Amino acid sequence: MHLQVSQLYKQFKTRQGSLVALKDINLHIDSGECICAVGASGSGKSTLLRLIAGLDTPTAGEVLVDGVRVTGPGPDRGMVFQSYTLYPWMSVAENVGFGLQLQGLAKPERRQRVSYYLEVVGLSEFGKALPKELSGGMKQRVAIARALASQPKILLMDEPFGALDVQTKEAMQQFLLQVWRRTQTTILMITHDVEEAVFLSQRIYVLSSRPGTIKQELTIKLPSDRPDQIKRHPAFQDYKDQVMGLLRAEEKCQLRSNLQELPMVV
Amino acid sequence: MNRYAENLPKNSVSRPQKMLPPTIFWGMAEEIPKNLAWLLMALSICVPFLLWWIVSNSGLIQPLFLPTPAQVWGAFQKLLASGDLQKDITYSLFRVLSGFFLVALISIPLGTLMGTFASIRALMEPIIGIVRYMPAPAFIPLLILYFGLGEIPKILLIFIGTLFFNTLMVMDAVKFVPKELLETTFTLGGKRKQVLLQVIFPFILPAIIDACRVNMAASWNLVIVAELVAATEGLGRRISVAQRFLKTDEIFAGLIVIGLIGLIIDLLFRLLLHLSCKWAKD
Repeated sequence: MHLQVSQLYKQFKTRQGSLVALKDINLHIDSGECICAVGASGSGKSTLLRLIAGLDTPTAGEVLVDGVRVTGPGPDRGMVFQSYTLYPWMSVAENVGFGLQLQGLAKPERRQRVSYYLEVVGLSEFGKALPKELSGGMKQRVAIARALASQPKILLMDEPFGALDVQTKEAMQQFLLQVWRRTQTTILMITHDVEEAVFLSQRIYVLSSRPGTIKQELTIKLPSDRPDQIKRHPAFQDYKDQVMGLLRAEEKCQLRSNLQELPMVV
Repeated sequence: MNRYAENLPKNSVSRPQKMLPPTIFWGMAEEIPKNLAWLLMALSICVPFLLWWIVSNSGLIQPLFLPTPAQVWGAFQKLLASGDLQKDITYSLFRVLSGFFLVALISIPLGTLMGTFASIRALMEPIIGIVRYMPAPAFIPLLILYFGLGEIPKILLIFIGTLFFNTLMVMDAVKFVPKELLETTFTLGGKRKQVLLQVIFPFILPAIIDACRVNMAASWNLVIVAELVAATEGLGRRISVAQRFLKTDEIFAGLIVIGLIGLIIDLLFRLLLHLSCKWAKD
């Protein structure tokens, strides 16, 4: 698997005129990587993910998956949103198997895969439960299992843990690393949480805001086995500071340019 | 002491802070105790009935205009014994059910399509928006002119009177389907047709049943209107005949039967909703 984003440019038309959400985005992701794109709000990070998923079309530039240009959504690029987008009338098992059903997979194989991925996310006992009976973290695990069940080339995640409380969030980060190691899925996650990004990634893309561009690419050289304690390790802190520094410089820059735009009041 | 604090208005002394007093009856968006709920619901039926009983028995109003509950009960039993009531109910129900069946057959797919596709909505919404404001009973003369006095004009009246409202209500239900749920389905390999039939439709099914429940009430009203104007049988016809012979007790019996049947239909729809969409509860 090789994902290539080249010269991606996205412009939105608003009432105030056109807004450049993304400019000159170049990035690549290879098989088995877990990559985070970090940026403040307004950096167009969600837009970037939607363009890769094929849910939006770029104004210019292209996204290539294994050399094939993305023109629309497909099961090779699984997606997990921040809001738990489960089908409320389906049981957990039906939710996980729905993608396979849509793709016309035979029932016995479907059942087999559903039970495997339910086991991967630790929800084997909840197959018959309805989404409304689950906690936020469990719902998100179902959404991840559902995306993984289609065995996508890449799993795209848009701030998947943004709505969870701190404890659940940490547990889910550990959980995601486990799933990633076990299934060897390629992951691209969007987040504004710097600690989360450093904890999960082999590489980080730091995005600037308005227009969203890639400010820096950072390789995180931490062991792939990452216990929670690693967050207190000096090397981890250094990475975190480095990313924070980039985002902070960005913010100051923004603030100054905004101030300059303000009319002078005497 | 902080020197700024002295200059602040002494709010707590001069004007005591008022708190919202506790309440049970006037709680907003809150449940009331079960017992109180049952009591109020019983009052809602019993008080009007009691008032009717007192006024009609007091002799203040002639029985010709306001029959007593006992007289109405007598009229009801007489109608039942002669078999007229059963026949009238059957006719009225048949008209409503066949009219509303046609409405459901067209409005559910059309409303779903209009809600899903902005293109279909742009194509259909203006014309529906206009026709919807034409009162259905105003079509009666035209329907009689075209189709005579048989069953067709009555069924068509119900059709015209509820089709557009039901379509628009189904259409509105689609608005509540989260866009991300559709997008998730696309990334799971769903085709547009699959998303329409397997995601949008099941999601709005509870809202469809509810829309049908509301518009069924309108259909039930319209069938009575149609029968008042022109019919040889039916509950509406029964009332207009009774008026001609000054049988006020029969009019009252007819009205109560119409109300009760409407209530039963409403309850059946609620039961259907409860049984078919357990996931949508609370």
